[in-house]
Amino acid sequence: MISKDNVLEVRNLQTSFSTDKGEVRAVDGVSFDVPKGKTIGIVGESGSGKSITSLSILRLLAENGKIKGGEIRYKGEDLTKVSEKRMRELRGNEISMIFQEPMTSLNPVYTVGQQISEALISHQGMNKKQAMVRSVELLKLVGIPSPEKRVKAYPFELSGGMRQRVMIAMSLACDPEILIADEPTTALDVTIQAQILELIKDLQERLGMSVIFITHDLGVVAETCDYVAVMYAGQVVEYSDIRTLFKQPKHPYSIGLLNSLPRHDIDQEKLMPIKGNVPSPHEMPTGCRFAPRCPAATDLCRAKMPELMTDDSGNQIRCWIYSDEWPGEKEVNVYGETRIAKG
Amino acid sequence: MTKYIIRRLLQTIPVLIGVTILVFSLMHLVPGDAAKIIAGEGASDQTVENIRERLGLNDPLYVQYGTFVGNAVQGDLGSSIRSGRPVMDEIGARFWVTFELAFYSTIVAVFLGLIAGIISAVRHYTLTDVTVMIIALFGLSMPNFWFGLLLIQWFAIGNWMPESLEFLKMRPSGWGDDWRQVVLPVLTLGTGGAAIIARMTRSSMLEVIGQDYIRTARAKGLTERIVVYRHALKNALIPVVTVVGLEFGGFLGGAVLTETIFAINGMGRLTIDAIRTRDFPMVQGTVLVISVLFVVVNLLVDVSYRYLNKRIDLN
Ligand SMILES: Nc1ncnc2c1ncn2[C@@H]1O[C@H](COP(=O)(O)OP(=O)(O)O)[C@@H](O)[C@H]1O
Ligand code: SF4
Ligand SMILES: [Mg+2]
Repeated sequence: MISKDNVLEVRNLQTSFSTDKGEVRAVDGVSFDVPKGKTIGIVGESGSGKSITSLSILRLLAENGKIKGGEIRYKGEDLTKVSEKRMRELRGNEISMIFQEPMTSLNPVYTVGQQISEALISHQGMNKKQAMVRSVELLKLVGIPSPEKRVKAYPFELSGGMRQRVMIAMSLACDPEILIADEPTTALDVTIQAQILELIKDLQERLGMSVIFITHDLGVVAETCDYVAVMYAGQVVEYSDIRTLFKQPKHPYSIGLLNSLPRHDIDQEKLMPIKGNVPSPHEMPTGCRFAPRCPAATDLCRAKMPELMTDDSGNQIRCWIYSDEWPGEKEVNVYGETRIAKG
Repeated sequence: MTKYIIRRLLQTIPVLIGVTILVFSLMHLVPGDAAKIIAGEGASDQTVENIRERLGLNDPLYVQYGTFVGNAVQGDLGSSIRSGRPVMDEIGARFWVTFELAFYSTIVAVFLGLIAGIISAVRHYTLTDVTVMIIALFGLSMPNFWFGLLLIQWFAIGNWMPESLEFLKMRPSGWGDDWRQVVLPVLTLGTGGAAIIARMTRSSMLEVIGQDYIRTARAKGLTERIVVYRHALKNALIPVVTVVGLEFGGFLGGAVLTETIFAINGMGRLTIDAIRTRDFPMVQGTVLVISVLFVVVNLLVDVSYRYLNKRIDLN
């Protein structure tokens, strides 16, 4: 399924922070592809490294953060290696991003129009007047009523949902190839969430850009994404197309996640959350990071970290069950479901 | 905004009433009989009684207060006992000297303070930052009068001073006809103020640079220069404005030591001299004028803070 037409390919990304307590390897083995014009989801619990992955792509990490290894290939260029100047040309122009917190992500002392204009002026060489005209169009595009008036509003005059629409307008200003949306609806009311999701989906179809949609909500993934990368403790543990993931998830963590998702087609009684806790970044297990919680864990799992392997259908999986080395039973029972081991 | 200004103006009324009561009480809080003190030792009872009558000290307190406020509102603060001239005229003559000193000192403080603060913030935790902040700490902890004396020692008394800097030398008459004599006193006051502004700017900038909207600005592909100067600075300056305003107010009322050292005939010295010679109307006048100035400066600071900080709900 991995198409040749990827705009972005992330390979074994590793991002660390130096802290008082030592090095925190927030992202340690993230790989995925972003096919042109498709939406890929990155799902995982809070703290699994989703935001750090997206900030690494744009190289907007906090000062104590650093990309330690791996590649981020955008149309053939490795973004971990290009100059800061080149990164600035790409940011907000070819790759743009919207953030989780619409309330604090806009500068309080500038109008909406001024903030949208900036990207147009710096990347497209527009003058202030042209940029304002285009800003009004963009506000209209994202469904803001009376955009001619709103363009002069300050952020404090807008609701959370409106601010997120402004953020989206801003990110679309220069027709980006890739839009990264980091939990764009998490901070919003449920009804507004649905509207913003619908808007992003609609814009993706109309403008044909690729979207990296980050969320901790599998339900949202089901509605919006073509491909999904499941993250656990700083790593991608499974990357597959959306149908496969929902019909036949492979990684025990993915199976557990789907099992804990309320679904209409399954008895609610069967709902079971995954036991145990996410490992702290300071004491990562040496082997498979999911081993302390995994119902199928073997000695091999605890001793050695599995690599991300590509299976016959082109999907990727980080689990010993699907390798030749699997030491356990052929039929593995995971959260009440049976998976056939490869070995 | 207009509504806010009006409300804020109304709020100053009780403050001003409080100030006038305090100032008025000065005369009556002094131990002993004010009239006797004014008359001086050995004055006859008749003289004392005349003074008492002239100052209206025999009237009931509320009448005296009413007269005082009524006159003050019309700009009449009585006459100086020492010189006999109207208090308002004496203050008027000195006010502009102090105002100039405060104004130039504030400009120096803002200029030096902002530059130091921004550099420190942009280079935070580097050697540059540490150096600038240590200097600022010195500036903050060094008493103004001491720094002033040092400056006089270096520039005005020392005879190693190059010809071209001769103008800095103080003349016996102090603040004189040559505007260039402003330099040393302004440096004395300004550097102390600069230290406070530098520290405030630095901490404010650092806080703002960690905000989400700065990350948004970077995500737009803006240069670091635009991110710092357009997006961070404007937000960071909002709390600094308050400090600058209060400093200016402080300079207006509290440059006593600097004025004394440099023999500048400003409001500070006028007040001190009045206190020393028990020139009560003059003390009342200067304290009242300085207090009113403080209230006005505070009002301006609040209004400009509100104007800059459009985030604050206007209710
Ligand atoms: N500035 C930082 N310094 C140290 N650790 C950080 C920093 N930012 C993030 N981390 C760590 O990186 C991990 C992943 O964070 P993040 O990517 O924000 O998770 P999420 O999947 O919820 O978006 C967290 O465990 C967090 O502790
Ligand atoms: S590698 Fe082992 S412990 Fe890890 S998920 Fe697979 S079966 Fe579970
Ligand atoms: Mg996050």
